[in-house]
Amino acid sequence: MERKIRVLVAKPGLDGHDRGAKIIARALRDAGMEVIYTGLHQTTEMIVETAVQEDVNVIALSLLSGAHMTLFTDVTKLLKEKKMEDVLVVGGGVIPEDDIPELKKAGVSGIFGPGTHTETIVKFIKKNVKR
Amino acid sequence: MYEKKGLNKIKDKRVDWEKNCHSKAVKNRPERKKKFENLSASQIKSLYTPEDIAHLDYDKDVGFPGKYPFLRGVYPTMYRGQLWTMRQFSGFGSAEETNNRYKYLLDHGETGLSVAFDYPTLYGYDTDHPLARGEFGKCGVAISSLKDMEILFSDIPIDKVTTSMTINGPAAIVWAFYIANAENRGISKGIIGGTIQNDILKEYIAQKSWIFPPEPSMRLIVDTFEYGFKEVPRWNTISISGYHIREAGSTAIQELAFTLGDGLEYVRWAVKRGLKIDDFAPRLSFFFNAHNDFFEEIAKYRAARRIWAKEMKKLGAKKDRSLLMRFHTQTAGCSLTAQQPEINIVRVTMQALAAVLGGTQSLHTNSMDEALALPSEKAVRIALRTQQIIAEESGVTDTIDPLGGSYYIEWLTDKMEEETYRYFEKVERLGGVIPAIEKGFFQREIAESAYKYQKEIDENTRTIVGVNKHKMDEELSIPILKMDEKGEHRQVNRLKKLRKDRDQSKFDRNISCLKKVAEGNDNLMPYILDCVHSYATLGETCDVLREVFGEYVEPAIY
Repeated sequence: MERKIRVLVAKPGLDGHDRGAKIIARALRDAGMEVIYTGLHQTTEMIVETAVQEDVNVIALSLLSGAHMTLFTDVTKLLKEKKMEDVLVVGGGVIPEDDIPELKKAGVSGIFGPGTHTETIVKFIKKNVKR
Repeated sequence: MYEKKGLNKIKDKRVDWEKNCHSKAVKNRPERKKKFENLSASQIKSLYTPEDIAHLDYDKDVGFPGKYPFLRGVYPTMYRGQLWTMRQFSGFGSAEETNNRYKYLLDHGETGLSVAFDYPTLYGYDTDHPLARGEFGKCGVAISSLKDMEILFSDIPIDKVTTSMTINGPAAIVWAFYIANAENRGISKGIIGGTIQNDILKEYIAQKSWIFPPEPSMRLIVDTFEYGFKEVPRWNTISISGYHIREAGSTAIQELAFTLGDGLEYVRWAVKRGLKIDDFAPRLSFFFNAHNDFFEEIAKYRAARRIWAKEMKKLGAKKDRSLLMRFHTQTAGCSLTAQQPEINIVRVTMQALAAVLGGTQSLHTNSMDEALALPSEKAVRIALRTQQIIAEESGVTDTIDPLGGSYYIEWLTDKMEEETYRYFEKVERLGGVIPAIEKGFFQREIAESAYKYQKEIDENTRTIVGVNKHKMDEELSIPILKMDEKGEHRQVNRLKKLRKDRDQSKFDRNISCLKKVAEGNDNLMPYILDCVHSYATLGETCDVLREVFGEYVEPAIY
């Protein structure tokens, strides 16, 4: 049997808006993935550490505080340092259009703003996950 | 509200209408949906008549504005006497930038201020704390010390304009910054007016920016109640908030029930401490969301006033001022779309109108660009103009509670009240508000509702224009706010200088005194104020309390 896709849903930094993260966690679980949600206020080091320990294929970051340029790229940097570039990183939240190219360049493969159909995210992960 | 004879006649006519008129019409032109439901999933009938509100007693259940049960409004004159306060929640970057934005808003006719703080401030960290990384000024203004507060309000007449501050975990300290700044400017704390949010229960439930565990947090809150009515009598020492509960995904009924439940919990804690209910209750205020379902929102505000008056009476309040529920409203941020952002102006207009028809005392209208970033100057000006049009052009302010007596509105008000009491009972069975938080009850209820709402949108059973219907492939066309990149550097230098320049022995004395008092039971406010006056930073003051009180950790539930 094929191993289920393992996803870490994570909230980096101090942002407390967890509505989206919780919805995504459930939607991915309902789509047959194994979801680990570590709750609020995770440092980027904690997130990458959990990703190692839980051997995940995907990290789904959610941030609505506006700190995505710093915190999302901190995560991808740490993954590179640990030679874990095969982990797919996606992000969501209040993210202005202008920031997206730079985030993609830094290794956040998919950015999903408000109004995204949950199925769009499921499809994106299934298509792009490396296993 | 109707005579029995008259009601019987109405019933006969209604039955006849259903049989011989309505059902035939439905046969010819079936209804658009199998069922009509509002956002709380209450079934809505095609028509409401006097029969639906026959059980109401006008004097007892509806009454007059400014009189118990305050259903029709908290004041006898409402908007004919004075309009609501137009108060735009605002803050970004450094104190200098936000100070400019406040002046801009006041110049354009805003009548009250409302401070949005950044995340480090909300958690009681200074800008140079490692956990503040990347967050400086991002979703609000960074305020780490009295110095920042001085800049934030420079050239603003704080003896005349009132200020609301959305701050919870460290509310007592940030309030002390504000009081100290007034004192230093020669303005007595006896005349300054405003609000601190100071509602920690909804932080555990929904907004999630807490510092301390429930017990010491409640102590701090009761300290502010007591200090407030004695020393800063025009200040609302709490704004019991449903806004964030709703934003986290609750229904309108959950918002109503959880908020009022929190409010009553604060009252119980204050009474248990020995405060007299009629001393502190007049300074309690509330904060609600204005979401998409127009009539449901109006009914929610009306029901809230009636339930609060009833429950406060039961708890022994005697003064009218203790019974009336004054509230601020903000339109629903979570209802805004990143798609076709201009149409958010229309959503905000409808939501703001519901708040006004529901009798709000103060209002924030969201800007069209808030699903994308913090609002630009133009976007916030349009949002403010929206309120001004409702106030000055629409005519809805000419009479009090214009929808009162509507069969539908009165029925819905009553229904929401009923459902609220059902939640009160559930929470009581769990042992009260704090045990219910610890069991994850509210968090789970909200997560369920949020997921259901998203599923409805995904499955196209709930329409969101621009998202799942009437879509466009358009490029984003509105300008986005850019912040001053040097702000963080400026702020960090200011902090360094402040720590170097202050009277160190005075600082040490006040900080160690605060620690001692925190370990005991005395009111902390005067000691916090001493610390703040000696330029202790937010982070330093909170660290002392963290040491004594510990920090809250929540279980992750989804």
